[in-house]
Amino acid sequence: MTARTHDDETAANPRAAWMGTLAKARPAELEDRWARLCSDLTEIPDWQRLRGPETGMVMVRGRAGGDGSPFNLGEMTVTRCTVRLKDGAVGHAYVAGRDGRHAELAAAVDALMQNRQRAEAAMTAVVRPLAEAQATRRDLAARQANATKVEFFTLVRGED
Amino acid sequence: MTTAGIDFRDLAPGFADPVLESQRSFRLVLQAMAEPGRRVPLAPDLDPPAPLLPTTAAVALALVDYDTPVWLGGAAHGVADWLRFHTGCPVVDDPGHAAFAIALGDWPALDALAAGTDAYPDRSATLIAQVETLSASGLHLTGPGIDGARDFGVAPMPDDFLAAWKANTKLFPRGVDLILCDGNQVAALPRTCTVGQAE
Repeated sequence: MTARTHDDETAANPRAAWMGTLAKARPAELEDRWARLCSDLTEIPDWQRLRGPETGMVMVRGRAGGDGSPFNLGEMTVTRCTVRLKDGAVGHAYVAGRDGRHAELAAAVDALMQNRQRAEAAMTAVVRPLAEAQATRRDLAARQANATKVEFFTLVRGED
Repeated sequence: MTTAGIDFRDLAPGFADPVLESQRSFRLVLQAMAEPGRRVPLAPDLDPPAPLLPTTAAVALALVDYDTPVWLGGAAHGVADWLRFHTGCPVVDDPGHAAFAIALGDWPALDALAAGTDAYPDRSATLIAQVETLSASGLHLTGPGIDGARDFGVAPMPDDFLAAWKANTKLFPRGVDLILCDGNQVAALPRTCTVGQAE
């Protein structure tokens, strides 16, 4: 099994990658990054809510071993939001949990990323730092888990 | 079935408070169904894509969801996009497969819609027809929910409507229910309602 790295995903579908980063960000971090972005931009982005934020359930499906037949793993709570900026750019967000503000901000950043002029600012001020923070946390958790790894081995019995 | 992507450029918002406003619309449709031919005022705060009127849009948002295939007649592409985005409903080409048929221009033939089965009469379609005016003259209604008789009027009304409706009532317990919307009110003709020409 070859694990797809974060960089692979970013290259294959950049929008999915930044939507994922925004959805997985901690709400306080996103709020903080958003405030910094607003201070960088000449005008504070204003948007219209097209749908939501609204909370519902989605069925999460899994595949045994990653390639078996699909089964329903369980339902999870998801909050989604769709916003449209004044210039017509539309952003979507689907966020785990019930935090409507998180979903709305994530949708607003996704909408900003649709506009080439603003995308670079949004990428630098919001998406990239969030992705780096997540990578750091993931790495730390992986190393902590790795430190407790137990190597199992089988003793060969004498009769063979 | 339409599965193409939704065009978001001109997409209008739905209910500002989906839960409360859907409940309010549902309650008014219920009122209209319980008293056939009664014109219930409905003034939703909606700006749906033309030619969909806010009243029809509110009824659709209250009733339609991902479980109910919708047939759209006389609608621009924007209406289908709007409805699919806000309700998640599948839009079907064949009126016979629809749980709700929304007629913004010509009505589909009543016998082309699903009438349910004797075992499951609830599997029938509901026709939501948008008309110019609902009034209190032209038609004479009798049946459950009406104390005596009630005068009612629909304009424009399809030429063969009275004959088609008579055939529809004969199917009971099967049959199609009809919800009518004009610019600011909603009325309903359930399948139990007998419709005649006013003298």
